[in-house]
Amino acid sequence: MNKIDQAIQFQNVSFRRGELSILKNISGSIYKGKITTLVGPSGAGKTTLLKLCNGLISPTHGDLFIDQQSVLAYEPTTLRRNIGIVLQNAPILRGTVFDNLALPLKLQKKSLTKEEAISILDTVGLDESFLERDATELSGGQKQKLTISRTLINRSKILLLDEITSALDPVSVHEIEQLIKKINKKYDVTIIWITHNIQQAMELGDYIWVMMNGELVESGDISILSKTKNKQVQNFIQGNV
Amino acid sequence: MTYTTLSLTLIFVLIPLILSKTLHLSLEKDTIIATIRSIIQLLIVGYVLKFVFDSDSFIYIFFMITLMIVAATLNARQKGRAIKGITWKIALTLIVVEVVTQGILLGLQIVPATAQYIIPISGMLIGNSMVLSILFLNRFTAEVESNKDSIELVLSLGGTPQQAIHTQLKNAIRASLIPTIESQKTIGLVQLPGVMSGQIIGGADPVVAVQFQILIIFALLTTASISSILIGMLSYPTLFNERMQFIKNATHK
Ligand SMILES: Nc1ncnc2c1ncn2[C@@H]1O[C@H](COP(=O)(O)OP(=O)(O)O)[C@@H](O)[C@H]1O
Ligand SMILES: [Mg+2]
Repeated sequence: MNKIDQAIQFQNVSFRRGELSILKNISGSIYKGKITTLVGPSGAGKTTLLKLCNGLISPTHGDLFIDQQSVLAYEPTTLRRNIGIVLQNAPILRGTVFDNLALPLKLQKKSLTKEEAISILDTVGLDESFLERDATELSGGQKQKLTISRTLINRSKILLLDEITSALDPVSVHEIEQLIKKINKKYDVTIIWITHNIQQAMELGDYIWVMMNGELVESGDISILSKTKNKQVQNFIQGNV
Repeated sequence: MTYTTLSLTLIFVLIPLILSKTLHLSLEKDTIIATIRSIIQLLIVGYVLKFVFDSDSFIYIFFMITLMIVAATLNARQKGRAIKGITWKIALTLIVVEVVTQGILLGLQIVPATAQYIIPISGMLIGNSMVLSILFLNRFTAEVESNKDSIELVLSLGGTPQQAIHTQLKNAIRASLIPTIESQKTIGLVQLPGVMSGQIIGGADPVVAVQFQILIIFALLTTASISSILIGMLSYPTLFNERMQFIKNATHK
């Protein structure tokens, strides 16, 4: 692939907290318009990697580039609106579904129209009747759809999703998986999504990154999982499938 | 009151000592230490104040107020040790409170510009400001600790640090101000406030005493709101860095 197709490029990225080395020398590219699945055991550094992409934290070594430009060159709020993130356990704010959806625009001193709100809810599979519902009373699956639609309000070209299916029932998991594909196709959004479930990773995604102990141990298309020579990765796959 | 009659008040110390001894509360040592400390500290203050009042020199007044601000700062900063530069932030808050309130009181000639007025009023206002700073810092660090996810959410959606911390800042300011406002609603009904009691015992006309008390409680409203808001505005930026990133462990050491 050539440079133009790269949405995000990591160049020897490391992240340390004090003595603790959380990410170690990560290099690689995320391709435009594709879905990349980030898998790995808990504590591997997956969340940390996503937070680097939208500037919630900065690399302590190396650099990463969004559209060929270093993240450090972006104004933080612009970067965060361009690279949408749904954080692991993102809180639902007190108020209605509409209040939650309006938050990203309120931060820019703009207001959300009812039509926009309805249209974004429709995308995630919630109907108009949800608008005035108390957001804190929704079911787990509905809440997750709301957190996704709230991030979608910023109309980012890159979307980062952190374990958004982990706490859900099988039906909701399936709905969210379909939603990820739909957003990717419909809006041509580049998506990186995290799961610790290998099965899910193999079913959904054009590319896969496997992380362990802060290192990127495998990356490529889905077939790398069956071809891997890495003992740790083989164990991880067997433990999961 | 003579020192002989004053020494009779030691009966009030004996009673808790005897109670503590008989009921094995083991509070005797602390009670004795507290008694000795209060005698020494208050006597020193009394003689220092007498000296300052007699000299009526602005140098001494200035020195006394500086001393109060230093003592109050050292006391309040314990609660905000994790916040960078908290010492000078509290000191600045107390200085602003003192300058604004005395500026109004003396500038509009509400009270005479003598040590007899300036020092006790400053003491009350600085003391209140110190308590407010402690209340604010306690509440603010607790609010931030328990709402890290919401703060990060706002940042992640493209909000500024100020927008991200807005709710926590507002809650902490409100929570620290409420006791001051609430206590004024019942003032005089249960307990006569200190200033009034003191003046009445000292022989002042109760109505004059009330007038002074009103002056003090109004001034306390100003000191309370300036203190919480100023210390809040000075503190919250230290929770973020120049890349608008939330420094997670900024509120605990
Ligand atoms: N702010 C932080 N301070 C200290 N340690 C952290 C911090 N953030 C993450 N870590 C540690 O870094 C490691 C990777 O965390 P994370 O990226 O959340 O992993 P994952 O999302 O893969 O489970 C974990 O061991 C975690 O405890
Ligand atoms: Mg994680």
